[in-house]
Amino acid sequence: MSHHEHGPDCTHDHHGDHMGHIMPGHIYRNILIALLFLTVVTVGVAQIHFGGVWNIIVAMFVASIKAGLVAMYFMHLKFEDKFTWIYAFIPLFLLFLLIGGVFIDNPFRIIPSPQ
Amino acid sequence: MGHSTAELSDPQGPPHVHHMDAKTAYESAKFGMWLFLATEILLFGGLFCAFALFRWMHLDEFHAASKHLNVWMGGTNTVVLLISSYFAAMAVDAAQHGDNAKVRRNILITIGCAAIFLVIKYFEYSEKIHHGYLPWMFDKYSPEVAHLNEKYSVFFALYFCMTGLHGLHVLIGMALLGWVYSLAKKDRFSGRYYTPVEVGALYWHLVDLIWIYLFPLLYLVG
Repeated sequence: MSHHEHGPDCTHDHHGDHMGHIMPGHIYRNILIALLFLTVVTVGVAQIHFGGVWNIIVAMFVASIKAGLVAMYFMHLKFEDKFTWIYAFIPLFLLFLLIGGVFIDNPFRIIPSPQ
Repeated sequence: MGHSTAELSDPQGPPHVHHMDAKTAYESAKFGMWLFLATEILLFGGLFCAFALFRWMHLDEFHAASKHLNVWMGGTNTVVLLISSYFAAMAVDAAQHGDNAKVRRNILITIGCAAIFLVIKYFEYSEKIHHGYLPWMFDKYSPEVAHLNEKYSVFFALYFCMTGLHGLHVLIGMALLGWVYSLAKKDRFSGRYYTPVEVGALYWHLVDLIWIYLFPLLYLVG
């Protein structure tokens, strides 16, 4: 800060000088509270037996809300350009293809049983 | 880009020797980290896919094996990592405001949380290894125990692979944040230059993101 050419008070005044987006500090705190709350929700819903694949779907849904909050606010994805968004979602799309491909294949395989 | 980042922080340095302006350098470095994080998601993605497939094939064994993990330890580690991520984000915020002392404080808390995470992980691993759940160790036990552990071996092979790779990322993240700390100690950061804090924090958030999925998959639904 000592060698800052605009002096210590420029941080709020000249937004053009800034590199990234500056969020009000209380947003980070609120996101942390939401994340901790959702962790309790994660453990809580796991105690309920939904039956079938529903437990893992509910667990992954809550995890994805948490991941979304971390990405959007902690990682500032909300304020990034469209190229960053594209590269954030390409691996998720590829992962969807990979897991989707595995599951339209394996469950329908007929494995010959040894006689 | 790499050769110019250190000089960019110094307004007394020659301003026109760089082939790009500070804003472009910052945006490129950040985009580069996002690109790298995309490959990281795919690295873990293969393991998540393997977990999904083997879980589908051995559902009962996965449920039973998952109950041998300690939800309290896993839950505590989840909270520890979320708090560490918050302080990593606050380190970026402090850097944006040019407060190097606050950057140092927040980075130290983040690294401290990472250390707590690894200590808890160490106790978990010791207990699992003691019970013979290392996939290549179950035949070292009495036939009954070996038989039981063999049933769990697929789950625990994935457990050790996924949490082991994640733990490696925690270690690398600690080193990366240690480097950011050393730069903050030299008062390098200001609202005009804080790329290492932002990029280091991005990497750390990914470590948190991966754990957000690992915790319910391994400890809760199994």
